[in-house]
Amino acid sequence: MTAPLLCFEGVTYRYPGAQTPALSEVSIEIQPGEFCLLAGLSGHGKSTLLRAACGLVPHFHGGHFAGRVTLAGLDTREHGPARLGALAGVLFQDPETQLVMSSVRAELALALENRGHTAAAVARGVEEVALALGIDSLLDRTTHELSGGEKQRVALGAALAGRPRLVLLDEPTSQLDPVAGDELIGLLRRLNQEWEITIVLAEHRLERCLSSVDRVIAMQDGRIGCDSDPQTFLEWATKHSPALQTPAAKLFSLAGLHPAPAGVRQARATLRAHGLLPDVDSPPIDRPKANTKPRSRRRAKPTAALECSGVWHELRKGPAILRGVTLRVQPGESIALMGRNGAGKSTLLRHMAGLLQPTRGRISCAGRVALLLQNPGDYFVHELVAEEAPAQALAAVGLAAMAQRHPRDLSGGERQRLALAIVTGSGEAPAVLALDEPTRGMDREAKSELARELRRRSEQGQAVIVATHDPEFAAACAERAVLMADGCVIADGTAAELLAGGWYFATETARILSGAAGALLPEQGAALLDIRAGASTAIDGGQRSSAVTPGVAR
Amino acid sequence: MVFFYRRLPSPVHAARAGVGALWAAALSVATLVLFHPLVLLALLAGVLCAGAGAGVGRLLVRSMRTGAIVWLPIVVVNMLVYHEGVTVFIRLGDLGPFGQGNLTVEALVYGAVIALKVMLLMLITTLASLTVDPDELLRIVRRLSFRSALTASLAMRMIPVLAADAERLAEAQRTRPDGPPGGARGRVALLRAVVGGSLDRAMDVAATLEIRGFATARRAPRVSRPWSRHDIAFLVSAVAVLTLAVCGRLAGAASFNAYPELRAPVSASTVVLCAALVAAVVLPFTDRRGIDG
Repeated sequence: MTAPLLCFEGVTYRYPGAQTPALSEVSIEIQPGEFCLLAGLSGHGKSTLLRAACGLVPHFHGGHFAGRVTLAGLDTREHGPARLGALAGVLFQDPETQLVMSSVRAELALALENRGHTAAAVARGVEEVALALGIDSLLDRTTHELSGGEKQRVALGAALAGRPRLVLLDEPTSQLDPVAGDELIGLLRRLNQEWEITIVLAEHRLERCLSSVDRVIAMQDGRIGCDSDPQTFLEWATKHSPALQTPAAKLFSLAGLHPAPAGVRQARATLRAHGLLPDVDSPPIDRPKANTKPRSRRRAKPTAALECSGVWHELRKGPAILRGVTLRVQPGESIALMGRNGAGKSTLLRHMAGLLQPTRGRISCAGRVALLLQNPGDYFVHELVAEEAPAQALAAVGLAAMAQRHPRDLSGGERQRLALAIVTGSGEAPAVLALDEPTRGMDREAKSELARELRRRSEQGQAVIVATHDPEFAAACAERAVLMADGCVIADGTAAELLAGGWYFATETARILSGAAGALLPEQGAALLDIRAGASTAIDGGQRSSAVTPGVAR
Repeated sequence: MVFFYRRLPSPVHAARAGVGALWAAALSVATLVLFHPLVLLALLAGVLCAGAGAGVGRLLVRSMRTGAIVWLPIVVVNMLVYHEGVTVFIRLGDLGPFGQGNLTVEALVYGAVIALKVMLLMLITTLASLTVDPDELLRIVRRLSFRSALTASLAMRMIPVLAADAERLAEAQRTRPDGPPGGARGRVALLRAVVGGSLDRAMDVAATLEIRGFATARRAPRVSRPWSRHDIAFLVSAVAVLTLAVCGRLAGAASFNAYPELRAPVSASTVVLCAALVAAVVLPFTDRRGIDG
């Protein structure tokens, strides 16, 4: 057995001024060439563990540190992040704060120059990492003009330029659309397989990467809750931490099927083996095709909560960001606005809220449009929660008891609710509530809570429009989905129609069941499997064992 | 208004940063040593043509307009404060403790010349910040003083980041149903939020720098790169502009006196100097080979 590359021995760490430790008695060993996924709810110690691995804890953050962390034999108490940085590349959540130079080339070269490489070695390192990550066309671009996905790739390139043996990544896909997120995970898998780079990846959307990793380390209250292969982790999550279950695992758990699948392929193989999935998928005949024309032509009701008619947003001497968007939103309707980064979702929401004016076209609204932007922290300007929003609005989002706390002391989910209270206010309820990527960096529990809140508002007659990259969240909170690309609405239909039939913009349940019966969520999928199991049991005359017939098993 | 470098297909962008900076410095020196209005106008024309050749002409014009809040008051203040000169065009009489209030054509013209020089310096600085790669320039400086150069580099990088933060924050405040917090208290709260956000940003950037080896940083390696046609052209242009400015000054081809009476003779040598300066500034932009990327 080779010596571990990264080793934690009884590490306990408390941030300065904190009452409870962020890490408690953590002991793990990571071998060279492993691809580890770090799972856990927000605030359970994932980021702290990554920061301890690269020496930022305790050298940069201070606090109380006990135990020992070694990286390639170097004790992090004796060697600072600068020295350890040669062995471990780090990529944090927000690429904006990880780009420190003006041009991409200088950014990639910085770490190499700092470590005293020769000019030739720097030039070669920059070229190689740019080619490896496919960012060679960006080398002469300035960093502030890159898109979010490009910035994340450049930041990864900067972390990899020194050819580190270990790469630590803290939710790198949280700001990326599904396509860019999958590309990044694929890239990491390639780096791991081709160059044996050890990878430790902290992520909330486990379904995105579980099938690529060798091992899962689940954090619970700063401790290691589970350290195993993906399969065993899913079994553990089903019993001990359901919020960490992937949709596929939840589907299987609800349907009483075993083993819990690590990905779509494995899930489909299991279902096929159990006779619950047709051998060859045919297009589901009961699923109507998503309408690519705007709904307003079908439903010309005069009571629209909001109506966009041929809205264009054309930049002066620049491209058109919106190209004739027509969209009619009824009161009480909940809509998921989906599409790649740069498709025009955020711009459309800004137009709806009156922050931007269309260069052509018209937007009419039955009342106020409350817009919740991506970063809830941008709304907080006061010292107390009570000063940020009226008491009535705080009570409506369940924050009345926290009125005397500082807004920045709230958890991620609570911050989101406070921002919601700020934008909705206490007076007349807004006719439309628009949210721009509200689940960024949220764990599954907080997402479910937000989805419930949005459904409640929708039931009360408020139109809800959510721009999101997360199909699972879209399926949980929206009844209608609108897909945008290149500033246009390219598909508009029910969530069941739209989120059941794609590769990227589809839920995991829908991908497993090939979109059958428009089942998007594990609960709907399990119900469908129940029906299928019942049918096959009836055909077999009850010959099948209950272990493989989910309806019977439950 | 803040201007950022962006790599564009132009000869000055294709030249190495050191030469680009030297060229801008030569233009600044010429602006400082020459006083003749006609020569300064020729320089202005040259700089504007250079901006157009570099693909940043519109930005230069915007900068000139924005700069009016600096150069316009210079004309007015000089005219009101200086009472030298013999050609009075408005008699304000005795202004008590402020003395004579007569406004003279000489003070007006001298103010305009100083304003023209200030405007030129602003335009040259804008042109340099738009066309000279700051990272490459700082790499040169880092060989002399690493940490100061990196701090400068970071400061430059943080300007667009913080500008974007402030824009986002302002946008978020606009979405409040009752609008952004008003009054002095509201503004202080907003300012505190901006500063707090900047400090958070600074902490994250500092963590990134730590990991990239800032604490153990060594002297940047010397990068040797073959001299391109544009490197040579702009170096020659810089030397030519410097020579013309110094020689023109010494030879009296650009002599100008405002007081007590305006004296700005336009001789053949003045016209030649003007033409030569414009040519020296603009000619490097005529060669468009090898400028992409």
